[in-house]
Amino acid sequence: MSAHAHPVSHHAAAPQGFIRRYIFSTDHKVIGVQYWLLALAAVSVGMVLSWLFRVHLAWPHAILPGFGGVVKPEQYLELVTMHGTLMIFFVLTVAPQSGFGNYFLPIQIGADDMAFPTLNMMSFWVTFVAFFVLISAFFVPGGAPINGWTSYPPLSAVGAISGPGQGTGETLWVISIAMFCLASLLTALNFIATTIEMRTQGMSLMRMPLTVWAWFVTAIVGLLAFGVLLAACILLLLDRTAGTSFFIPAGLVFNDTQPALNHSGGSPLLWEHLFWFFGHPEVYIAILPSMGVVSTVLSTFSRKPVFGYKAMAYALCAIAFLGFTVWGHHMFVSGMSPYSAIAFSFLTLSIGVPSAIKTFNWLGTLWGGKIQFTSAMLFAIGFVSLFVTGGLSGLFLAQPSVDLPLHDTYFVIAHFHLVMGVAAVFGIFAGTYYWFPKMFGRCMNEKLGKIHFWFTFIGAYMIFMPMHWMGIMGALRRYAQPGGLAFLQHMSPIEHFITIAALITGAAQLLFYWNFFWSLRHGQKAGDNPWHATTLEWAVSSPPPHGNFEQVPHVYRGPYEYSVPGYSEDYIPQHLAPEQVAKAGA
Amino acid sequence: MAHTPPLVEEPPIAQVELGDIGTGPGGPGQGRDGERGPGPGGRSRPVPQRSYVTGLTMGLAAILMFFMALVSAFIVRKGLSDDWRAFPLPPILWLNTAILFVSSITIQVARRRLGREDVAAFRRWWTVTTGLGLLFVAGQLIAWRQLAHEGVYLASNPSSSFFYLLTAAHGVHLLGGIIALIVIGWRSWQNTRVTRSTATEMAAIYWHFMDGLWIFLFLLLMMGQ
Repeated sequence: MSAHAHPVSHHAAAPQGFIRRYIFSTDHKVIGVQYWLLALAAVSVGMVLSWLFRVHLAWPHAILPGFGGVVKPEQYLELVTMHGTLMIFFVLTVAPQSGFGNYFLPIQIGADDMAFPTLNMMSFWVTFVAFFVLISAFFVPGGAPINGWTSYPPLSAVGAISGPGQGTGETLWVISIAMFCLASLLTALNFIATTIEMRTQGMSLMRMPLTVWAWFVTAIVGLLAFGVLLAACILLLLDRTAGTSFFIPAGLVFNDTQPALNHSGGSPLLWEHLFWFFGHPEVYIAILPSMGVVSTVLSTFSRKPVFGYKAMAYALCAIAFLGFTVWGHHMFVSGMSPYSAIAFSFLTLSIGVPSAIKTFNWLGTLWGGKIQFTSAMLFAIGFVSLFVTGGLSGLFLAQPSVDLPLHDTYFVIAHFHLVMGVAAVFGIFAGTYYWFPKMFGRCMNEKLGKIHFWFTFIGAYMIFMPMHWMGIMGALRRYAQPGGLAFLQHMSPIEHFITIAALITGAAQLLFYWNFFWSLRHGQKAGDNPWHATTLEWAVSSPPPHGNFEQVPHVYRGPYEYSVPGYSEDYIPQHLAPEQVAKAGA
Repeated sequence: MAHTPPLVEEPPIAQVELGDIGTGPGGPGQGRDGERGPGPGGRSRPVPQRSYVTGLTMGLAAILMFFMALVSAFIVRKGLSDDWRAFPLPPILWLNTAILFVSSITIQVARRRLGREDVAAFRRWWTVTTGLGLLFVAGQLIAWRQLAHEGVYLASNPSSSFFYLLTAAHGVHLLGGIIALIVIGWRSWQNTRVTRSTATEMAAIYWHFMDGLWIFLFLLLMMGQ
């Protein structure tokens, strides 16, 4: 398949040699795969950490390998802190945006690479180093930090006297996150410039696939959010190392020790504002790319256009915009003025509107379609389910009066894991099953994929649904030994249930690893367009060549032309000229 | 951000307008700068020169958010606390501000000379700008020395913490600009992806931004004391 009568592009030869091709490559596709593999490494570590603390919660007296006996409370806190940090930053930010975005954004807009390939390579390697800086916190004296992924001061600002891991470990955490911010800013800048300037002929904004819209909007969110976290990290680092008092108030006592007396007047709330001004948009950085993937996958496997394409694009923008106005809902219990809380609450609830538009349109896309239940499709439908389930509990938490008792309970854990953690992971899985044939030229095994889906889908609900109930009953997050509280002791059967569900669901992920690496060599050959899809990446070979396109593609139509009446095929690729499309009966 | 129209005629450089998102047939990537042919480094199609300016604009947006976070921290920290003690700002800051302001003028003069293809004069004014930039950084260091001499250090008081932090953050960004000025002034412009006119335009936008940012920070530090 190729467009006709367009200038032939002159490809310089692809770089030779293993290091230039696969390690320090500037090819966006290689960088995309590198990000994806980095996220796979991070999710593997993060998942193992979650198994360890789940086992500890269910069987507090169990002796786990590597802990020198029973897991101590500070070790438990290390596990949850590093689990959260790895998952939020190095998995949910890296895989759907930097991974898939790098690989497919240029191809889907008909470009031969990102606007700034060298910058792109540098972004990856800074992220890569940041990952190892973070992991190294496990191996320094005192171990990894224990203050949670939100790193609230004063605990995070005063150094080792506030607990093991709060010395060198926490310093490494701050440096790692600052590096991550820098790399993410450079990536965001690259994505935006590429989307604005590198689209091929005919690729108007309203002909962009919703994946491109999602990566574009997410990049804008990242561009505006990561700089704020970077600033906050620098302030925190100065408090920790240079004796300043941005966040440290006077009169603190930790374990009968006072931090250096020259600290006074700082405001922990200042960190909370800066952190959540980044932190809430970060939630959308994690979820928006998956929304793009899900829209595309649902459309492809329903053989129908996305229902309400423009509304989907505008809803992405609306969610991104509102996402910057709601950070205060993380701080309802911080003593904020009830008037501010009402404003934040109203804005938070209003995010339900564009979210409902998206959900409605996903269901509208499915409605009446010729649905093909491929693995990618199952994960996309699973995403919608999880997003709705997790989103509903968000309506509870958005109201200050309801949030006060539920804050810092397992209800919150259940909410955000379903709505943005597991949902975004389902988006990543959907994207992986969908694009694997394009990326590696072979298909993943569908039967294994479906088994993987059902274990993961049911498992996710079994893990997180009971946590709603636990939270309403008052179970608090970050408590290493909840059994120590009399009113929580009767929950231990639930803890066992959740832990067993988590272990089984985790074990089911081995199917995915096996499927992925086995299919790389032994999967069925894919061909250029195994799903009969319409967007530009399916117009080139699998995997695409260096430079992506043999000829500069021209785009003639929108991205989701499925089952258009009057044509012999049920899909019309974006790059086919009208006279190239076979009419029915012709 | 001040928008400077391009002053050069060789290959037409597009203007930066945030809202200007090229669409439709003959959109970006085609036609523009086509005369440059396939660029070095294996690009099948040359990157439109405008994308460099767009990328820079996005970078400036990120830098602005970074500084706004620090500025809002300044305002909140000062508003919440009762331990804020003012200190007199070193008078040399006025001189530094004037130097930076003048450098914004000289960089425009340099670009105008380049527009007239008077490369020697361009180099001269470009060097003057670079020198003024270095002079500004040296002046900022002198201000730090003067404060230290009076016993005002980074951790002395939140007011001095913010002074050192904001001047350092601005200084680091300006040093990046100086490195760009040096590279642009002295590199050979054969076979580069980005044209000299685009590079000088980007450098000028960045430089004016750093100039304006400094004036804003200076006012903040002066009035916020």
